[in-house]
Amino acid sequence: MITQARSTLLFTTPIVKGFIQAKKGRQRRRAINFFWLGITGVVTVLALVPLFWIIGYVAVKGAPAINLAFFTELPQGMGSASGGVLNAIEGTVLLTVLSGLFAIPPGLLAAFYAVYHPNTWLGIALRFGADVLSGVPSIVIGLFGYALVVKPAGHFSALAGSIALAVLMLPIIIRTAEEMIKLVPKNLRAGALALGSPEWRAALQVTLPAAISGIMTGFLLGLARVSGETAPLLFTSLGNDRFEIGRLVQAGFRSGQSFPEILYNIIQQPVDSLPLTLYKYTQQPFPAQIQQAWGVALVLIVLILMFNIAARYWVSRQAAKNRG
Amino acid sequence: MQTISSTAGEVTSRELRQPQSPLVTIKGEPLPLTSSKFVLSDLAFYYGKVQALAGISITIPANHITAIIGPSGCGKSTLLRTLNRMNDLIPKTRIEGQVFLDGDDIYSPNVDVVDVRRRVGMVFQRPNPFPMSIYDNVSYGPRLYGVTKRADLDQIVEFSLQQAALWDEVKDKLTQSGMALSGGQQQRLCIARALAVEPDAILMDEPASALDPIATLKIEELMQTLKSSYTIVIVTHNMQQAARVSEFTAFMMIDQNRAGTLVEFGETAQIFTRPKNRQTEDYVTGRFG
Amino acid sequence: MPRQTLDREFQHLQEEILLLGSMVEQAILDSVSGLKQHDLAIARRVYKGDAAINEKRFAIENAILVLIATQQPMAHDLRFLAAMLEVDTELERIGDYAKGIGKITILLGESNINIPVRELDRMAEVGVGMLHKALSAFINEDSDLARTIPAEDDEVDDLYNRIYHLLVASMISNPALIDHANYLLWVAHNLERTADRATNLCERTVFLATGELMEIETSSEDDELDEI
Repeated sequence: MITQARSTLLFTTPIVKGFIQAKKGRQRRRAINFFWLGITGVVTVLALVPLFWIIGYVAVKGAPAINLAFFTELPQGMGSASGGVLNAIEGTVLLTVLSGLFAIPPGLLAAFYAVYHPNTWLGIALRFGADVLSGVPSIVIGLFGYALVVKPAGHFSALAGSIALAVLMLPIIIRTAEEMIKLVPKNLRAGALALGSPEWRAALQVTLPAAISGIMTGFLLGLARVSGETAPLLFTSLGNDRFEIGRLVQAGFRSGQSFPEILYNIIQQPVDSLPLTLYKYTQQPFPAQIQQAWGVALVLIVLILMFNIAARYWVSRQAAKNRG
Repeated sequence: MQTISSTAGEVTSRELRQPQSPLVTIKGEPLPLTSSKFVLSDLAFYYGKVQALAGISITIPANHITAIIGPSGCGKSTLLRTLNRMNDLIPKTRIEGQVFLDGDDIYSPNVDVVDVRRRVGMVFQRPNPFPMSIYDNVSYGPRLYGVTKRADLDQIVEFSLQQAALWDEVKDKLTQSGMALSGGQQQRLCIARALAVEPDAILMDEPASALDPIATLKIEELMQTLKSSYTIVIVTHNMQQAARVSEFTAFMMIDQNRAGTLVEFGETAQIFTRPKNRQTEDYVTGRFG
Repeated sequence: MPRQTLDREFQHLQEEILLLGSMVEQAILDSVSGLKQHDLAIARRVYKGDAAINEKRFAIENAILVLIATQQPMAHDLRFLAAMLEVDTELERIGDYAKGIGKITILLGESNINIPVRELDRMAEVGVGMLHKALSAFINEDSDLARTIPAEDDEVDDLYNRIYHLLVASMISNPALIDHANYLLWVAHNLERTADRATNLCERTVFLATGELMEIETSSEDDELDEI
């Protein structure tokens, strides 16, 4: 009886076998697989060629210009092969840091708003605005910085340059931060709110740390992107052969200025940057400057590469820390 | 709406008028007034224009486990979330009727939602430890409510983790990330985190649906130890789980307007052996739909 | 309708329990006709046939346990299996009564004791009739029918009392027949218990249909109390 009882369980659905002939077509399948796999391999190599070509070419051409003075001295004037680009390196770092400071806080707030209130008019406007802004040519943004800061102040400055760069960086930060915040499980925020947490604390202490690795990637990509920009700086920070932070700080101390005053003085100076220097030097007829331009290009590439590597390292470490 | 609620027994119509009256009986004895934790009176809930709950009246006994069962989309979770006002977070929602927590209408305008959520903790379907250490996870709640002294926090963390049956497993790695724990441990961490703010009741929204059978049984055992101090309301798809852990069971279904209604509420033993309602019978025997 | 597999298993169980029921009914009827006719061949067949009844009973029990373990029955399904388990056991016990009657037939052999054929026949007829109706009420989950069946037990009890008095009288008139009269009293007792167990089946039917656990009162039980 038991065998009968089980048999009704087992044989109610007959399983039909023999329709699929496994061996037939195996050869053909393998050949097709091999062919397409080969194509993808070739295309991958093709895509990598320009990258290594550019890096290799710049490294070979730029290497002769690199020496200690290149990093520690100001330019010695056109036609001179000695001297360095300290002004441009310091300017780039200053502009990047300042633009980050200007762009990251509002970018983050905007991203949180866009995620938490996606269907309000402001939320929609924010996302649309970020999309449009990312499509605006950088030279137009340079003009905007000129009109906004340079014209009223009457002089070019690091401040104006970094504001222009911040505007350029803003859409990148908003969009990446938005995507990363969206990826954080809604449960996490709900868990904090269920404990009675106010929204801002849940965002700051729970959601932000959960999304931080992704958001940092966005920051660093944004910084890397603007640190290579030239056009917006032409109208805003202009360039400055004599820019040297150390000298400005010393001069400030000697005249008894306080730290904020020195800082203010620094950001009011017109500054140079690596891309700007690169652009200017390549316009020169002097072989020494052309050589130095190659050196600047190499430093720029290495700098951006370092940004990227740092970003990736930081992200993987953060992810590992979260996972434990 | 009226027709369905009447199937939940005479209880419903009485409750409409007297939300505080003892409506639940345990083994034939009426439940004393002080023993009810939540009293819901003719509750309706809307997502925009869509009605998700209709005519729900139910008395949830204190210090017992009450399970809410029903097919997908019948509003189980929505009902659960009305008990700690988590539905407030969803824009364009609207509630009608009343929810009393220990006699206080938690939707009355002078009630602080933060206070409601402190009194009613919640455990979610997927374990959601915060991206911080085990210690910080558990002390997150107490810190919100102003506990700052390290010694006090230490004590709360240890006590909560012990209550959640997790202390022995994590006491040597409190500084490790809560996300490094296994799924079952993470869920118990979330329970410890909820316990740390000394709630009266804990809502559990399918707390074991993402866990393996052993971890599930651990959570279920934990619920049995917790019920002496807390009122537990659990939403579950798993009828066997509802039968195993709960003393009272509410069966919900959608009515002809696609709004969730209470079909039958009673002692779990009765619901799973002698349901009064035909729909409950069909659902618990798996012959629904 | 989900759970078609389970429903099919249930149907299968019902068929098996009906089969067991008819085996048991036949065994009781055969045992009594063997006794009446002093037919030892029939008696031996009934006696040996109990093994098949026992085997079927265990097979059904096992199938029920497998279903409880694997299918997580609830509500009506659970009551169905619980009631089925009870009915399964009741039927097997009735089978044992038939076996007992067969054994007594063999022990009596060619005894010249006067067998109260008419009364025993009638007892078997009513008892098996009750059993048959109780089983069909059970299969159809007809609690109304189930509630009416136990009343028939009154006639069985009356018959038992009559047989009792007849046998006691024959013991007094001829003390040499005390052993054999006692055997016949067992036969009557077995048939009386058959009807009682049919009543138990009815109670299970009410439980299955309504979830109500209750004893169906019959007037004979009051009589028994009166007698004490």
